[in-house]
Amino acid sequence: MTTTASAPVAHPGSARAMAWRRRRAAAGQFWSDFRRYPAGMTGLVVLAVIIILALLAPVLAPSRMLDVTQLLDSPRYAPPSLAHPFGTDDQGRELWVRMLWGSRVSLVVGFAATAMSMIIGTIIGIAAGHFTGWVGGLLMRIVDFFLVLPSLILAIVLSSVLSRGVMTIVIAIGLTSWAGTARVVRSQTLSVESRDYVERARVLGAGHWHIIVKHLLPAVMPLVLANTTLTVGSAIIAESTLSFLGLGDPSKQSWGTILKNSMDLSAATSGYWWYVLIPGLAILLVVLAFTLVGRVVETIVNPTLRNR
Amino acid sequence: MSTAVASAVAAEETDEPPRGVPAIRYFLSKLGGAAISMVMVILLGFFAFKLLPGDPVALMAKERPMSAAQMDQLRAQLGLNKPMIVQFWDYLGNVFTLNFGDSYVYKQSVASLIGEYFWNTILLTGTSAVIAIALGLWLGQRAAWKHGSWFDRITTGTALVFWSVPTFWLALLLLMIFGGSLHWFPTGGMMSPNPPPDALGKVLDVASHMVLPVITMVAVVYAQYLMVMRASLIEEMGEDYLTTARAKGLREDKVRTGHAVPNALLPTVTLVFMHIGGLIAGAVTIETVFSWPGLGKLTYEAISGPDLPLLQGTFVVFSAIIIVTNLLADLVYRLLDPRVRAA
Repeated sequence: MTTTASAPVAHPGSARAMAWRRRRAAAGQFWSDFRRYPAGMTGLVVLAVIIILALLAPVLAPSRMLDVTQLLDSPRYAPPSLAHPFGTDDQGRELWVRMLWGSRVSLVVGFAATAMSMIIGTIIGIAAGHFTGWVGGLLMRIVDFFLVLPSLILAIVLSSVLSRGVMTIVIAIGLTSWAGTARVVRSQTLSVESRDYVERARVLGAGHWHIIVKHLLPAVMPLVLANTTLTVGSAIIAESTLSFLGLGDPSKQSWGTILKNSMDLSAATSGYWWYVLIPGLAILLVVLAFTLVGRVVETIVNPTLRNR
Repeated sequence: MSTAVASAVAAEETDEPPRGVPAIRYFLSKLGGAAISMVMVILLGFFAFKLLPGDPVALMAKERPMSAAQMDQLRAQLGLNKPMIVQFWDYLGNVFTLNFGDSYVYKQSVASLIGEYFWNTILLTGTSAVIAIALGLWLGQRAAWKHGSWFDRITTGTALVFWSVPTFWLALLLLMIFGGSLHWFPTGGMMSPNPPPDALGKVLDVASHMVLPVITMVAVVYAQYLMVMRASLIEEMGEDYLTTARAKGLREDKVRTGHAVPNALLPTVTLVFMHIGGLIAGAVTIETVFSWPGLGKLTYEAISGPDLPLLQGTFVVFSAIIIVTNLLADLVYRLLDPRVRAA
């Protein structure tokens, strides 16, 4: 089986071709395992629908629908009805339009912050497990520190001192939420380090780089993958919390920003129930969907959890 | 669902404390660890606020227009025009004398503000912690004893949903239902504008203001305790000593409460303390929504200011609370677990 055209010519019997064949088989196996869990499939379908809606936002609701100057005639605080499915806000904007555009920010921050957190967590976790002595000890101290302090407190500090913006939120969440991943990756690294094939590679003269890239990284990737899905959910909650506290980008609204507006307008005590209920339900739905998918992925890659 | 939930909390557990280490060495190593964490907090408190690519004075000027002369004066007042090393030295001296400067918004010293609000947060989080721990442990051991049953599925499922809910949104919902619509409880603050004159009346007044924030905090955090208790009791369930207890003819309830639960509680206690950080993080948004005059509300106001000295102060104090409770957790564990003590 030859691989993609960009890869060097691989002969059917070469190590590279074999590795690809194995990976493809593993991915197929994973998918057929995954399909057996209705909960995971439900989560996946929900996520697919939400992501498609978010991508289609400019088509479904052109951004002029958010332009307050064109909304002078539309009713303020209209409760949900056929004409206004999710109701309107204090400036006459349709809540469903704001939700649709907000989903883009929430999802982008969720994915980007997770990617950052996974990269940091994997690198530190592998390094802490691979390098013994003071380097590993020092790294574990740092990991413990970030585990103990709630990432929200650290993220608040980081995003208050940096200029407001989507990128700041991503950095604040990414830099503060990697410790859990690092710990899981480290313990997996430690168990792989003691296997014979790593010992063999070391005896044959493999350096740190070779062992990390060829042996440790592939071994920890499944765990990182499971962790990733779960982390997206908590990153979305973290984003909404930071935006709710007023640390978001004022020009790009997320679901958390909508909830902040609703609090600033005392929507909860003034009877504008849709303004409070709908954004929160959306966050809950997305987070639960990521949790369902993540749990199933975790169960598949870590069979010891199955009997729990 | 319950299959997956068990790993939710169990997966993030910390290493077991080292066994068979002499008491004094154990104590010193834990104390040293806490001290290192505190040093890191203090360093972070300095470098985050001084070195990151944001000029705090420019940031403040964006919110409140000020002239260049005013900005220079503010810089001088904050010591921002001194060399970095001098600033750092000043900062260290200030941290150890609990002097974080004056709040821009409140126009009084950060230390006195924090001192004023500190106990309100402790009252709120302490009450919530006690209720959440009791509820979580009780439901957790029940769920574990019949794991796989409907009771188990429903309790763990509910806990998982509450856990996935953004804290501040749950707070807003409760505020909307029980404060805004039903008018059962006050919607914010800690006391009525005209509190009753007698002491009992005052206590009841504060208590009624506490109901909604406490319910929110309990709902969000009890899941962690439930999962920890459930996982550690399930671990115990296959043990031989339970068979012995049953063979003695003990009723099932006695086996659970007299034999299994005490053993399962050991690992739980430490983890319960370690999750205190979650309560503290929850306090920020819950106090904001319910206008509870605590450190969380102060943090929110420091963000909106922006009031950087205040934010620096609440950050260091929050971190100190968490580091100290974690240290306590380690020490309590050693007292409780005879296996750690004996060897």
